Amino acid sequence: MYPAEFDYHRPGSVADAIKLLQDNPEAKLLAGGHSLLPVMKLRLAQPTALIDISSLSELSGVSEDGDALVIGANTTYHDLMNSSVIKNKLPVLAEASDLVGDVQVRNKGTIGGAAAHADPASDLPAVLLALNAEFKTVGPSGEKTHKATDFFVDMFTTTLEPEEVLTEIRIPDVSNVAGATYLKFAHPASGYAIVGIAAVKTASGEVRAAVTGSVPIAVRLSAVESEISGKDLSDDNIAAAAEKATEGMDFVGDIHASDEYRAHLTKVYTKRALKKIAG
Amino acid sequence: MKHEITVTVNGTKHTAEVESRALLVHFIRDVLNLTGTHIGCDTSQCGACTLLLNGQAVKSCTILAAQVDGKEITTIEGLATDGNLHPVQEGFWQEHGLQCGFCTPGMIMSSVDLLGRIPNPDEQQIRHNLEGNLCRCTGYQNIVKSVQFASKKMSGAAGDD
Repeated sequence: MYPAEFDYHRPGSVADAIKLLQDNPEAKLLAGGHSLLPVMKLRLAQPTALIDISSLSELSGVSEDGDALVIGANTTYHDLMNSSVIKNKLPVLAEASDLVGDVQVRNKGTIGGAAAHADPASDLPAVLLALNAEFKTVGPSGEKTHKATDFFVDMFTTTLEPEEVLTEIRIPDVSNVAGATYLKFAHPASGYAIVGIAAVKTASGEVRAAVTGSVPIAVRLSAVESEISGKDLSDDNIAAAAEKATEGMDFVGDIHASDEYRAHLTKVYTKRALKKIAG
Repeated sequence: MKHEITVTVNGTKHTAEVESRALLVHFIRDVLNLTGTHIGCDTSQCGACTLLLNGQAVKSCTILAAQVDGKEITTIEGLATDGNLHPVQEGFWQEHGLQCGFCTPGMIMSSVDLLGRIPNPDEQQIRHNLEGNLCRCTGYQNIVKSVQFASKKMSGAAGDD
C-alpha cells in the first residue's frame, strides 16, 4: 500500500522545519512515523508534505539540567530504555517504554511523537502527566513551555500549533520522586492500553496519578489525588482513593472493551498502582 | 517528487532515485530485487518485512525509502557469510523454527536484533522481544527453541551434542 502523493523534505534544523511548516500548511512532521505512515497508507491522512525531523540531532538525547531531566523530542523508546541517566534517575520511563508496541516500534517511535500525536491509548502521556512534565515547543513566534496538564487537550489534540515543533520534554524535581510506576492492562493483540495508570509519590508527600487508554485523552486523576493527599498510603486509604478514579470522568467504549468495563479497570489499576508506589 | 538516495545494503552501496512515497520494503524488493524481505500485513503489525537499519530491527513497510539515505541496511540475504548460515538461521533450521516460512525472514532479523542486545535471553525475554513478529502457523514453541539454539551457538556452547 502506497500513501497518497506528498513532498518529502528533510530540513537541517528546527528553524528550517518551522519555515517548511509555514510554507506547507497541509504538511505533517515525520519523526518515528509509526503512527503517521500507517494512517497515510490507509488514506486516513493525506498531508501534502512530510517534514522529516527524525535526523535532527538537536532534538535527540537525554541530559540533566540541575534537578531536571531534559529529553529531546526525537529520543526513541529504545533510547529511553537504554539511557543510563533514565535508568538511574527515572526508571519508570524506561519501564513504561518497554510496554509500548514491540521492538521494531520502540526502535523508531519517539517520546515527542507520542506526545504530539496524543493517541488516547498511548502509554507515555500518562507517565508524563504524573511526572509533571513540561513541553517545550518552538514556532514562528518563538519558544513556549506548556505544563502536561495543559498540553494534552483531547483525543489526538494538543496545544501544539500547526507551525510549531515540539522540541523537548522536561521532567522537573527528579530527586523529589520517591516512587513511580506505570501499570497497564493491554489489549492482547495490539498491545495498546485498554487502561494504563501512572502513579508517582514524592519525597514531600504528594501523590500524583494519571490515566490513559480508558478515557478520550490521558488525564490526571485529580479526585484520587485529593482523596489520598496528606494521608498514609495504607491499604484502606488506597482503596478509598481508588474508588474516586471514576469520579467526574467520561470513559471510552468500543469493540474491545465497554465504557463500564474500562471504568472498572481504571479503579482496579489505580489501586494496584498506588499499592506499588506505597512499597 | 523524487530523491536520490545512497544506501549500503548487505555491504554494497546503492544509489537510486526514489519517489517520496516509496516505502523501504518496495525499494528493497522491487529495486534491489532482494525478495527475502516479505510484505505481510502491510499495516505495521506482522513484522514479516523486518530488516536491520543501522543495526536495529525495523518494519520496512513503515519507513520511507527516502528516509534511509546514508544508512546501512542488513536483510535476510546478508546474514550468511561464505555460504555458512548465520547462527540464527542455523537455529531455525535445526529446531524446525518454521512451518510455511513466510514470517521467517522477519523472525530471524528480529532475533538477530535481540541477541545483539541480550546475548542469553530467557524464554520470557525471547517472547517479549519477538512480539512484533507474528507467525500465523503459530509455531512459536520452536521459534523460541531456535533462538535459544542460536544464543548458545553464538556464546560458543552449542553443537556439542
